[in-house]
Amino acid sequence: MMIFATLVERFYAALAAWGIPWIVPTLVVMVIVVSVVLAYISVAAMFMIWWERKISAHIQVRYGPMRVGGWHGWAQSIADGIKLLLKEDLIPTGADKVVFVLAPMVVFGATVAAYVTIPWAPGLIVRDLNIGILYMVSISSLVVVGIIMAGWSSNNKYATLGALRSAAQAVSYEVPLVLSLLGPVMIAGTMSMGKLVEAQSGRWFGVLPGWFVFPQIVAFLTYFTCALAECNRLPFDIPEAESELVAGFHVEYSGMRFAMFFLAEYANMFVVSAIATTLFLGGWHGPWIPLPGLPREVAHGLFGLVWFQVKCYFLIFVMMWLRWTLARLRVDQLMGFAWKVLLPISFANLIVTGLVLILGKHALLYVGGIAILLLVAILLAARPAARTVRVGERT
Amino acid sequence: MTLKLGIFYFLAAFTVWASAVVVLGKNIVRSAVALIFGFCGMAALYVLLDAEFLAAVQVLIYVGGITILLLFAIMLTSRIGSTTARVVNDQVILSAIAAIGLLVGLIYASTSGIPAMSGPPRLPETAPFLGRALLTTYALPFEAVSVLLLAAMVGAIVLARKD
Repeated sequence: MMIFATLVERFYAALAAWGIPWIVPTLVVMVIVVSVVLAYISVAAMFMIWWERKISAHIQVRYGPMRVGGWHGWAQSIADGIKLLLKEDLIPTGADKVVFVLAPMVVFGATVAAYVTIPWAPGLIVRDLNIGILYMVSISSLVVVGIIMAGWSSNNKYATLGALRSAAQAVSYEVPLVLSLLGPVMIAGTMSMGKLVEAQSGRWFGVLPGWFVFPQIVAFLTYFTCALAECNRLPFDIPEAESELVAGFHVEYSGMRFAMFFLAEYANMFVVSAIATTLFLGGWHGPWIPLPGLPREVAHGLFGLVWFQVKCYFLIFVMMWLRWTLARLRVDQLMGFAWKVLLPISFANLIVTGLVLILGKHALLYVGGIAILLLVAILLAARPAARTVRVGERT
Repeated sequence: MTLKLGIFYFLAAFTVWASAVVVLGKNIVRSAVALIFGFCGMAALYVLLDAEFLAAVQVLIYVGGITILLLFAIMLTSRIGSTTARVVNDQVILSAIAAIGLLVGLIYASTSGIPAMSGPPRLPETAPFLGRALLTTYALPFEAVSVLLLAAMVGAIVLARKD
């Protein structure tokens, strides 16, 4: 997929030859890239919404959408999109109008900004920042700001409660999330998304693929749990718990503004799956063969593109599967789980990873170390909870 | 270079505007939201100075952590919608003196060129450099700051517990 880079270079060179200032081609390339990313997000989100309906239906022994468009209701999401576009856009009288209008933009903008550093295929990445993974995590944390803005500006009790829960959840789960991402970063010694994928090209013991999920299985599971919480997916969807809060933070939103939240939620699911794929599942690595009639590099790139998508959508499928299988957690259970279970485990994983990286071959030592640290983590997690202050008790 | 300067002035104006809204806004939640925009403007200025790591950490810690906790605390207090914060209090003269003093100091620094404010050293990647510096040369201040944070945390817990 280096072909895109060369195309862009040629475009720059051609325009420079005509004496056009460099800002013009830069802006043109930017607009094209943003359009492609936005188009991908829209189509992928529509597919995911249809897919989620089908999966939920099959888990509940139903058919799901079957009529719109013919084959298994494939056009259901398109119909829904048109419906949402045509709906009346309501702003409640008591709402803070500026913040109310700004909130969906913040949520959607933050989600789209995270697509900048997704490594789609070898060489195909919008911008391979050297702080790639840190950038993605920090820009995703802005989503919560938008959710709080939406919840507060609606001037609605349910919306405010949803926003409050979302704030508490995001602040708690972001800590183990970042800590679990540090494991692969420590092994690879880089934060750039492209280099993280390249670091997983080898093989473990000559058999297993060199994905970081094998040495970092604990971190992978911690990350995936926290990612579910970051996306407000079940079993961590208390910010929009339908049975208690109607719809939580977006209860007052209608029409296209609601659609923006909906779109951002699915786009965010893809972002967290892309992070997991890049850091733990080897990114675009996978078996590939040279295709006849195509340069080697292009064939590799095409296979990489397909592998990346396959891994991402597998993780998205797992997220949907969990959503329709598990029950919702209570608020206190949720916070306790983040601080008493996930945080000690991710710290233990961090310490063990560091020890292994420094000590190298002294295998016995780290087995002992892992055992001790796990014991400490379990002891910390299993302490009697009688004297801990529960969230929500005093509110 | 002129484009970079233009971007700088735009970002600087944006940050100053957001900060002014924080200080002068009557509605406390709107002030907190403006604070978020101010922090984002600061992060963008860091990017302009080639300090991407600092920019990402700024957004992660200040926007993703501190401001959200701030909003959380504001929302827990009763009747957030109706209360309007007092913009000016009794210490207005003292703070005006401090602000003017700071302004004079900054103008002096930027016109006469204090050495620390001259161009930053060019580094290909700031993160490894920062990490190494924090754990070798500046290990003591780094640890002192974490002890300070720990003390603040203990203090907060002591205040929050009633029994």
